[in-house]
Amino acid sequence: MSDTFLKPPFETLERQHQAVSFGMWVFLVSEVLLFAGLFAGYSVYRNLYPEGFLVAGRQTDIVYGTVNTAILMTSSLTIAVAGRAARAHFGRTARRLLIATMTLGLTFLILKGFEYREDIAKHLLPGPSFALAQPGAEIFFSYYWVMTGIHATHVTGGLIAVGRLVIASRRDATWLSGSASEDATALYWHLVDVIWIVLYPLLYLTGRTGHG
Amino acid sequence: MDETSRRCEIWIRPLLTWAALCLLLALTCTLAYVPMGSANLPISLVIAAVKAALVGAVFMRLFKNNPINRLAAAAGPVWVFVMFLLMFADYFTR
Amino acid sequence: MTEAAYLQPPPPDYLHDGHTLGSWLFTTDHKRIAILFALSITFFFFIGAVAISIVRLELVTPAGDLVGDDTYNKLFTIHGIVMVWFFLIPSIPATFGNFLLPLMIGARDLAFPRINLLSWYLYVGGAAFTVLTLLIGGVDTGWTFYTPYSTMFSNTAVLTAAMGVFVVGFSSVLTGVNFIATTHTLRTRGMTWFRLPLFVWSMYATSIVMVLATPVLAMTLVLIVAERWLGLPIFDPSRGGDPLLFQHLFWFYSHPAVYIMVLPAMGVASEIIACFARRRLFGYSFMVYALVAIAVIGFFVWGHHMFVSGQSPYANIVFSFLSFMVAVPSAIKVFNWTATLYRGSIAFDAPMLYAFGFLGLFTIGGLTGLFLATVPIDIHVTDTYFVVAHFHYIMVGGSVSAFFGALHFWWPKITGKLYPELWARAAAIAMFIGFNLTFFPQFVMGYLGMPRRYHIYPPEFQVYHVLSTAGAAVLGVAYFMPLFYLIWSFRHGGRASANPWQAQGLEWQTPSPPPHENFIVPPVVSEPYDYHPQEGPTAGGETSA
Repeated sequence: MSDTFLKPPFETLERQHQAVSFGMWVFLVSEVLLFAGLFAGYSVYRNLYPEGFLVAGRQTDIVYGTVNTAILMTSSLTIAVAGRAARAHFGRTARRLLIATMTLGLTFLILKGFEYREDIAKHLLPGPSFALAQPGAEIFFSYYWVMTGIHATHVTGGLIAVGRLVIASRRDATWLSGSASEDATALYWHLVDVIWIVLYPLLYLTGRTGHG
Repeated sequence: MDETSRRCEIWIRPLLTWAALCLLLALTCTLAYVPMGSANLPISLVIAAVKAALVGAVFMRLFKNNPINRLAAAAGPVWVFVMFLLMFADYFTR
Repeated sequence: MTEAAYLQPPPPDYLHDGHTLGSWLFTTDHKRIAILFALSITFFFFIGAVAISIVRLELVTPAGDLVGDDTYNKLFTIHGIVMVWFFLIPSIPATFGNFLLPLMIGARDLAFPRINLLSWYLYVGGAAFTVLTLLIGGVDTGWTFYTPYSTMFSNTAVLTAAMGVFVVGFSSVLTGVNFIATTHTLRTRGMTWFRLPLFVWSMYATSIVMVLATPVLAMTLVLIVAERWLGLPIFDPSRGGDPLLFQHLFWFYSHPAVYIMVLPAMGVASEIIACFARRRLFGYSFMVYALVAIAVIGFFVWGHHMFVSGQSPYANIVFSFLSFMVAVPSAIKVFNWTATLYRGSIAFDAPMLYAFGFLGLFTIGGLTGLFLATVPIDIHVTDTYFVVAHFHYIMVGGSVSAFFGALHFWWPKITGKLYPELWARAAAIAMFIGFNLTFFPQFVMGYLGMPRRYHIYPPEFQVYHVLSTAGAAVLGVAYFMPLFYLIWSFRHGGRASANPWQAQGLEWQTPSPPPHENFIVPPVVSEPYDYHPQEGPTAGGETSA
């Protein structure tokens, strides 16, 4: 049984699992630095244009933002329990929870799509017909689009990775208990959630106390 | 321990964490509408950091993990800190 | 068990373990992937070399008579992009690191063999974008892609060039992740952290830099694409942006990138110097701490590229101080290599000649780096040939010398063949002479005020440019020599034994070339660099120093 999971160059399954989860952690650090480049730019411009950022931040849709935060946090719950279920050898439960995670992730992307449509209708896409005149507001929305766009790319990548687990375990759900990729996929999904948790106050909670 | 209670047990800690995350989300969303001047941003960021730490500690199992994974997890925030520190060493002194 | 393993017919070596093209393109053997990388970077090395040869020819006369200004800009840009991202960054890590890291720690492969192959395909994907950039007319921003020129004004192929660098960055990140996980989880029994060869430590330190720095470059290039292609205001000053932000982000990667290029060279030098001086490496643990210190402090110094950019003078002072700090561990390494040579029985084989070249040229490059870290001198020589000479002493004099040293040192292990020693020594000496003739005049003319990136210049600088171009011709010949005699050696060279240099290190305990999965019998770990010229090689390593 364990032989089907043990791949060269490893000699024990335990060591292989350790390597996969550690390797994923190292990769996640690089993902954090990827977004750090955006956070740094956001901070610099927020510092240069405090007023513009408050005015622009008010224009994002807090309902979509908050609902999507809740959805992504819930998907983090389902995939976290999926991992615990897999390790406790409840393969079928684990698989169902992975499907739930995918559903939530897809819902997030669909809602994001609706939100984008409304943003475009409100002329919040930087360009000649941009809605706000305040200096810095256009830069806020540059960051809004790039940050949420890159994040959505990561959600899509996560969906593909979770989908791979769901397909691989379609005949035999116990596969999830032995495979190291389950753990690594879950770690990646959680990181995508963590990134969103940080994006949420930057993009949606900014400037809510003001008028207009 | 019978199977039902084992099935329940895997849910307890994640569910509690999720409940805490939802409470914090409600809190930060509400506080965003309370005028506190320049304090709004730091407060919302602190709440975000607490939420991220909860996800890391419980969902990503850093709380009882290999020390080496915890070291890797710490490297990210430390390097982001270095980046901000030295970049703003320029912007704040111009 | 050991005897039984000897009695079986030996498994085929990795070069003969499958002969189809598919057995190479879909291999997961780290040794074959290393060969794929080696062939790819050699191709790009010659593309970069052709570009700069035309530049050097153009600079023989003060007038712009060979190429026009646009073509000139494109030539030095493609030279920079190709040499930095498609040759130097992957040069030692993706080839020798890939090949040797598992062998040196007694592992059967890297931790994630398929990701290792993916890393090569990402390199090929990035390379395809770069070749496309060349085909559709090239790019003229310089390798640094500075805004607002790159996003607002240049009408060349900035997007494809940036995409190429973006994609190849992921190749670096994955290689780094793989090396770190491998070093942590696949060391053989007895291979403790402080028995690791310094080459492994250098790969580990390099990987940390790759993983932490490269994603920032990737994001910066995404922002370039967003501004240039999608029209989002990010760095454009006319819409409120700050071009200095780009420089901060770019150099957050690109200064540590210098350490991605030079840390592996330090690892190579440590292996070669200990072997050919037949001496235990002086101050092993200090060498380890110095590697890690350089990797970490290397992240704190990027602002010294921005002294004249409008950065705050206080930040200049901080970055200047931190840049001096990074010289301390570098100096520790240079002194320890020198101390290793003291009372050694030194053999002047080709790898050692390259290592000596590295030692001297890296020292000159490092010391002139201190000039440039000093704000007043930097203001005088900014954007002159002094800077060009400085970083070529590090990146070519240091890293490329070490690359060729590694190529000769491990050539018998990689191919199972011996190279012609006389030719190799001639090439090493020609390379050293050609290098200094090319770049030393650039220090002088730079200090006298010759700016970089101009194809027309005042006639009083002509003598230096002619010397430099003559040196480049010698250098070109020296680079072609190994291409010919190593191909000859691969076909007709004498058979190499498992350990032709009587070197220490696990990679020498397996046949040359090694079989698939590396070791027929488990290797015996000893103390690192256990060289005892009087006593001959010892096994077990428990003898006194």
